[in-house]
Formats: sequence, structure tokens, C-alpha cells
Amino acid sequence: MIKIKNLHASIGDKEILKGINLEVKAGEIHAIMGPNGSGKSTLSSVLAGREDYDVTEGEVTFNGKNLLEMSTEDRAREGLFLAFQYPIEIPGVSNINFLKTAINEIRAYHGKEAIEAKDFLALVKEKQKLVELDAKLTNRSVNEGFSGGEKKRNEIFQMAMLEPKLAILDETDSGLDIDALRIVANGVNKLRTANNAFIVITHYQRLLDHIVPDFVHILYNGKIVKSGTKELALELEAKGYDEIKLQFEKTEG
Amino acid sequence: MIAERSITTQKIIEAISAKANKVGFVIDAELTEALQFLENNGIPTNKHEDYKYCNLDAVFKKEFKNITQDFNEITNSDVKPYKLNEAINLVVANGNYMESLSDKIIVKGITIKCLNDLSGNNTPIGSLAASKSDAFIALSNAFSGNGLYIEVQKNNVIPMPINIIYINSVNAESLINPRSFIRIQPSAEVTITERFVSIGKKVFSNFLSEKLVEENAKLTSYTIQEEGKESFAVHTNQVKVSRNATYDHTTITLSGQLVRNNHNVVIAGENSRSDLNGLFLTDGSQLVDNHTLMDHQVPNCESNELYKGVVGGKSIGVFNGKIFVRKDAQKTNAYQSSKNILLSDDATLNTKPQLEIYANDVKCSHGTSTGKIDENALFYLKARGVGDESARKLLLAAFANEVLDKIQIESLRMHLETELNKLY
Repeated sequence: MIKIKNLHASIGDKEILKGINLEVKAGEIHAIMGPNGSGKSTLSSVLAGREDYDVTEGEVTFNGKNLLEMSTEDRAREGLFLAFQYPIEIPGVSNINFLKTAINEIRAYHGKEAIEAKDFLALVKEKQKLVELDAKLTNRSVNEGFSGGEKKRNEIFQMAMLEPKLAILDETDSGLDIDALRIVANGVNKLRTANNAFIVITHYQRLLDHIVPDFVHILYNGKIVKSGTKELALELEAKGYDEIKLQFEKTEG
Repeated sequence: MIAERSITTQKIIEAISAKANKVGFVIDAELTEALQFLENNGIPTNKHEDYKYCNLDAVFKKEFKNITQDFNEITNSDVKPYKLNEAINLVVANGNYMESLSDKIIVKGITIKCLNDLSGNNTPIGSLAASKSDAFIALSNAFSGNGLYIEVQKNNVIPMPINIIYINSVNAESLINPRSFIRIQPSAEVTITERFVSIGKKVFSNFLSEKLVEENAKLTSYTIQEEGKESFAVHTNQVKVSRNATYDHTTITLSGQLVRNNHNVVIAGENSRSDLNGLFLTDGSQLVDNHTLMDHQVPNCESNELYKGVVGGKSIGVFNGKIFVRKDAQKTNAYQSSKNILLSDDATLNTKPQLEIYANDVKCSHGTSTGKIDENALFYLKARGVGDESARKLLLAAFANEVLDKIQIESLRMHLETELNKLY
């Protein structure tokens, strides 16, 4: 699905990613954990194509294609989805209108005709149920006046509508109460197939009780310093990040 | 300087006088005053405080140096694209009301006449438009075409909108002075669209409308400016709002090399409400200059203004909004907002709120914002697969819709959406 090799990225003069190596295969869920400032959000932004960052070294292939050469919209059309940590409010652009535009542009990219209005509405109805999103919200402007939990559910709703191959959930659990967390996690679990993959970026272990990862990676100071299975997340939760910091500052020092 | 100015004015006066009939509906004293004012003051240059960004004297010198007043006849097929199915369509062609091109629908409670039918000493025409207040009002008082008079009689709520098409077609550089007088009698209601189009060669259109909204009456009106790339226009609206009345106006500017809007509202009756909304999209070397005045003369009134601009290329947008709260106008609520998006580094937006408040118990506020298209919103849309162009269009449409939503005539709204979509 995605192969990240020796990825380095900077913002201005400051190098944030210092050589990331990661391979995610179809059907897998990978969790990336790490303390604040370790580069988790930078990694998701770089993969989605945010222009604030400069990739200085390394390569990323997505289903055999060079991801870093693609525009943000083409990455999405190829099947990459980023659930934002802080979803943007866009007054005046209706959720539905925007999603219809997105779906049709993705379809056009793959040489398919625009979706029929009735098929689109049926799809909206089905996916709304999946994330228990109020029908009123889908007709409103994108995220405008949504609560924190509603914004995150809207991200998962959009993901469900677009059916990406690879979804990156960037701290989707932040700001969620336990009920919203369960809804979001259920949505992800129901969307999981043998043909798609997820990268779940999180600071805490609790989301991983609901979305069980196949692999857990610890990102620290711009590098993946340790990889393992779901037990690694529990170990991290028990010991805290301080031990990791201590351990790797020592080895680097 | 004075001598140079009067050369421009002299030339215009000579050119127009040669072709124009004497205006019958402006009283002789006003006509003398109009010519005198033009003689003394000329067409304003950018030295004039109110025309700082809009040097119209220079425009006449450069663009209308061969002014000849050569008009084409307007036919039914010229007008047809601008008619609205659900409305009563009236046509003012090259400044003159043309009954033959207008709909022949008789609706109870409306009087429609040409301005010349209101000649005589008791004419209301000009009562809201003193020559001494502005050169373009003076120009209209002196040389107006035989425009349109609409009166909605007491207690009549007109069920369909009125669509006035002001169409100009000239064969060579010409100045046209279309004019209207709209009177809404007590407790009457109507929606009126004034639509400006031009075909043919370069034209300067100096439009003047007087609007009288009497007690408890409601006038919803729209100005739609789509005169084309080559046209120049000054549009003046002189409005008087009476007790318990509502005036709700929206101006949409789609095209025009230079468009100057002077919208002056005299709030003369208590408990009235006046709203002015505007949307303009500019590109190339266009200049769109909106000047508004809300003159609160009496207590307990509300006024609202929302002007939005999308300014691209090397174009210039201007919003100058003056709120004048007189000593007696206690309990005034006056709000003003100007929001703008600059699409290029060479585009310019000048915005100037002017509040002059002489009463002590009022609520007045103004806000202005000018920025680029929101990059975070753009990235969010693209991250969902929406292409750059579509994403920009979605965001600009969202920005414009706040004003466009004021347009309540369905077919007009759809036309505007289509035209705006080409400009985003």
C-alpha cells in the first residue's frame, strides 16, 4: 500500500522528520504513537501534501506511484485520506455539496461518470448511520458550529463516503468523550476490509482499545525509534513517554 | 485647472445638447442650476474628496474624447435575454422608456409612465436629487432621457416583481442618462429589479433613480450591473425612507470597466429599516467604487450594510460607507460591514468607513476585513479530492452567497449564480 523510505522534512530551517521508514500493507492497521513535538502531525501533513513543509530527502510510494510528486487532490483521488486533527470550518460551503464535488472529481479522475443524485443520497443516508451523524449536520456548512465530537465524526463520515485505500487518522481521539470515541472507533472497524489500511496517530493508548492495531510504532524526535505489536502501546501507557525520552536521548547523546 | 475642467464639461454639454430634447420634467429653475453647477464645478477629478479613487474627468478626457451621441435602435430580440418570466418587464432603451418593448400587463395598483408625462410645476421628479449635491445628478437633471416613473398605490402588495431593463446600444462613444422615479405609497409593497446591460460600442451611462418609500411601505430592490467590459457607469440612487417603512436594496456588480455607485439613503421617518448590500467581482483593470450614505435624521431607526468584494488582476475595489447620525436621531442602530478577498498581489481594495455621530444614545458599529482566500480551507477541500479550481470556486461562491442570498427572484438568482461562476 504505502512505502516510506528515509523521509526527511523541514519547515523553514527546522528539520522535523529525520528519516522515517514505514511500510503499511493492505488489511493492516498501524498505530503511530509519540510524545508532543515528535513529528506525528508533520508526518500526516507531509503525506497529505501540505505545502508548508519541504521534503528534503527520501521517498514515498503509494500503490507503486511516487506520492510526493502528486498534488494534494491527486493523492486523495488515488485513495489517500487524512482525518484532520483540527477539522476546518468552512462557512457557506455545504457538507453535501462539497462531498458531491469531491466524489465526482475522484470519479472523473478514474474515468467514471458523475454519481446519480439518488445514488448519492442513498450513500449519504447509509454512511450517516454508520457514524451516527445527525442528518441536520450533513446539510449544514462544513464543520461550522459543530462541537469537537461532531467535527471528528464528520471526518469519519467523509472517510466512509470517499472509501479511501489508506486512511490516516491524525489524533482523531483528541477532544473526544468516551461515547464519541466508541462511535468513531466503530465506524473505522466497520469500514475495515482486507483491501484497505489505516494509520492511526495518537498520543494515548485508549483509542487502541477500540481500534486494535496490528503494529505499533513509537515516533520520537523525527524518527521511528521502536516498533512492535499492540503490547508495545500498553507498555508505553504503563511506563510513560519519559522513559522513552531518556532511553533515546542517551543513545543519541 | 478650472479652465481645463470646463473644457471636458463644455465638450460633453455641446455633444449632448446637439442631440438631446429639452427635459420637460425638471423644473426650469433646477435646469438652470444644473447647468450652472456643471459650469462652475465640472466633472470631478481625483482631487475631489468623494472621487479620490475615481477620476471621472480623466475618464471623459481619455475614453470619451470623440463623444458623438450615435445611438442604435433597440429591438425585442436585444431585450429578450434579460426579461424575467415571473416579472413585469419594462424597458428603458438608450435612456428612454419604451412602452413598445415592455410587457403589456395591467396589474391593479401600479402606475407606469414615462417621466415626460409628469411635466409641470408640481412634478416630484428632482425632489430627492438636487443638482448642487453632485455633478452626475446635475448632469442628469440637465440631460436625462425620458425615463420611467413607477408608482405603487396605497395598500397594494404587488404579487410579482417588476424587472426594469436599462439597455444601451451605441454606434460610437456616447453618454446616456437613464433615469427612474419610484414611489411606493403608504402600506404598499413591491420588489423591483433594475438591470443594466449594454450592447454595441463604448458607452458612459449616468443613471439616476429617486426612490420614495412612504409610511409603512416596503421596497425590495436589486441593482444588477452587467454592462460589459467596455462600459463606464455612474449610478446614483437617492432614497427617502418614511415612518415604519422598509427599504432593502442589493447591488450586484458583474462587469463594467468603471462602475461608481452613489447610494444615498435619507432616513426620514421613525421606526424604519434600511438595508444596503453589495457584491462586486473585479478583474483586469476594472474599478468598482461603492459609496454609500445612511443619513439618520430621526430617532428609532435601524440601518444595515454588508458589502463584499472579490478583487483580482490589477483591478481596484472601493467601499466608502458613511453613517451620519444627526442630533435628533437617538436610539439609532446602524451597522456596517465590508469584507473582501484579494485574488492577486496587484489588486487593490480601499475601504473607508465614516461615522459621524451627533446623538448620544446610539448603537453604531463597523467592521472591515480584507484578505486572501483561506489557505487552510483550500487544503482541506483538496485533501478530499476537490481540484484547485473547484475548491477556489466553492470558497468564493460561499463568500459571495451571503449577499447573493438576498436575491429572492428565483430565475434571477440562477442567472447570477451562472454568471458569477464564470468569474470565480
